[in-house]
Amino acid sequence: MKREAVGLLVLLLLLVFFPLFASSYALSVVTLILFFAYAGQAWNVMMGFAGQLSLGHSLYVGVGAYVAAILFQTYGVGPWAGVWISMAACAALGAAIGFLAFRFGISGVYFALLTIAFAEFTRIGFDHLTITGGPGGFFLKVSQRESWDLLNLRGPPIMFYYVILALTAGAFALCALLLRSRAGYYWRAIREDEAAAQALGINTFRWKMLAVILSAAMTAVAGVFNAFYYNNLFPEQVFHISRSIEIILGPVIGGVGTLFGPVLGAGVLTTLSDGITELLAYYNLEIPGVKQVFYGVVLLLVVMFLPHGIWPALAKRIGIFR
Amino acid sequence: MSFLEINQISKSFRGLKAVSATSFEVERGGLVALIGPNGAGKTTCFNMIAGVFAPDSGKIVFEGREIQGRRPDEICAAGIGRTFQIVKPFAGLSVLDNVMVGALLRESHAGEARKRSLRILEKLKLDSKADLPASSLTLPDRKRLEVARALATRPKLLLLDEVMAGLRPTECDQMVEVFRELNREGLTILLIEHVMRAVMALAQRVIVLHHGEIIARGTPAEVVRDPAVLECYLGEETEV
Repeated sequence: MKREAVGLLVLLLLLVFFPLFASSYALSVVTLILFFAYAGQAWNVMMGFAGQLSLGHSLYVGVGAYVAAILFQTYGVGPWAGVWISMAACAALGAAIGFLAFRFGISGVYFALLTIAFAEFTRIGFDHLTITGGPGGFFLKVSQRESWDLLNLRGPPIMFYYVILALTAGAFALCALLLRSRAGYYWRAIREDEAAAQALGINTFRWKMLAVILSAAMTAVAGVFNAFYYNNLFPEQVFHISRSIEIILGPVIGGVGTLFGPVLGAGVLTTLSDGITELLAYYNLEIPGVKQVFYGVVLLLVVMFLPHGIWPALAKRIGIFR
Repeated sequence: MSFLEINQISKSFRGLKAVSATSFEVERGGLVALIGPNGAGKTTCFNMIAGVFAPDSGKIVFEGREIQGRRPDEICAAGIGRTFQIVKPFAGLSVLDNVMVGALLRESHAGEARKRSLRILEKLKLDSKADLPASSLTLPDRKRLEVARALATRPKLLLLDEVMAGLRPTECDQMVEVFRELNREGLTILLIEHVMRAVMALAQRVIVLHHGEIIARGTPAEVVRDPAVLECYLGEETEV
């Protein structure tokens, strides 16, 4: 426990001072890692803690992104106000999906299919929505990239780095707190055996709904970040199933249901896949789809040799239980 | 008013009558055993009391309130704890965390829940294994864990579904002692059991089910001499 806390503090300090000596390229890579660590942490609440598999988390990234972007661009609502509306919208969506599934006893693979279906038809819907520019995309105005305008989330990459670092640290702390609370115990009980959980007085419907709603709302924040960091949104990108897969690969490879898994997994995956891209660029090679193949190989290796993910094995090795 | 009153409950599965118009009562502070051959409808009775499914007809009254058709979590909150015949540990959680899930029903603080869970584990001689994952337990220990988890919800009535099965005679006697003590402290127990050693030692009253109907009731000594009971267990006596 103590070693865990010390290690965490060291990691956090490293990340806080990282921009001082990092190149702009390294900064963008770590920003991406933190983005996937955050989104993976949010997904982990639903699957890792409560055992409800979502393969459609791009839905919440996309809706969160579009809602805040439209509010900002069209109605002049700043991101700090818009993020709440994004979260509310995604919470409502999550609640609708959860209600449909849990009321009618849809679980496991069928629940996962339902989450894909919602993400997919939202993607197609946005492709035909004129106020968001349809498939042509929606763009945020970039007036300046020099000074920090934290209020409107306009500024240099380093500002976004600190925003996503704060979000990731916050999500980590929230999840650590949740795991120690009644919610954490109840969710894990439901994940392990729903009938037994119910026999111990747990209203499984209510707690599963809470997991879905919380996970959706957390993911919405990732969407808002996505919108203001990249300044452009295309339905074919933000809602695409490959985005959902990218979000879950981190926690799956790092360790589903663990606190460090999503962070570690995102770090390993993003670093290696960017490394490969760079290496190929160095040799002037262009191989389309190499990133996807790489993801596939890593996933295969982890499933074969570390079925619980990298973190549990690593934690045992360095003497931290759990 | 009796503590638990089962009134004319019936349940069929695809036309097969599992329990038909069965009635019995359990008095407050009682220790009652439900026995019968395989397929007699004992677990079906339990599942109806515990809310896994509603009876097709009939009433179940607990402390003056009708509870048939309520959800399992509502039944548990009302004060009825249960164990599963086919054990259902939360395999990925530690033994202590398994019990804490139950304890959190009545405790709002994790610290208090942990303390009480440890006391319960001690009572069931699982305290030395508190930090092990539940998946590493042997079957007898898993049975104990079932009991510990149910006890953690602070039930007024405990339903035990074959918790002695697979235990060695000495372990069985230890378990009997645990239940006796819990009963002395005021816990009402209704148990399904095949291990007659435990039934004879524990039960004040025995109810015998056969083909979904009650064929005998009385003290353990009376029931084992009952010709109808002997017949259903050993087969009809025939002249050769």
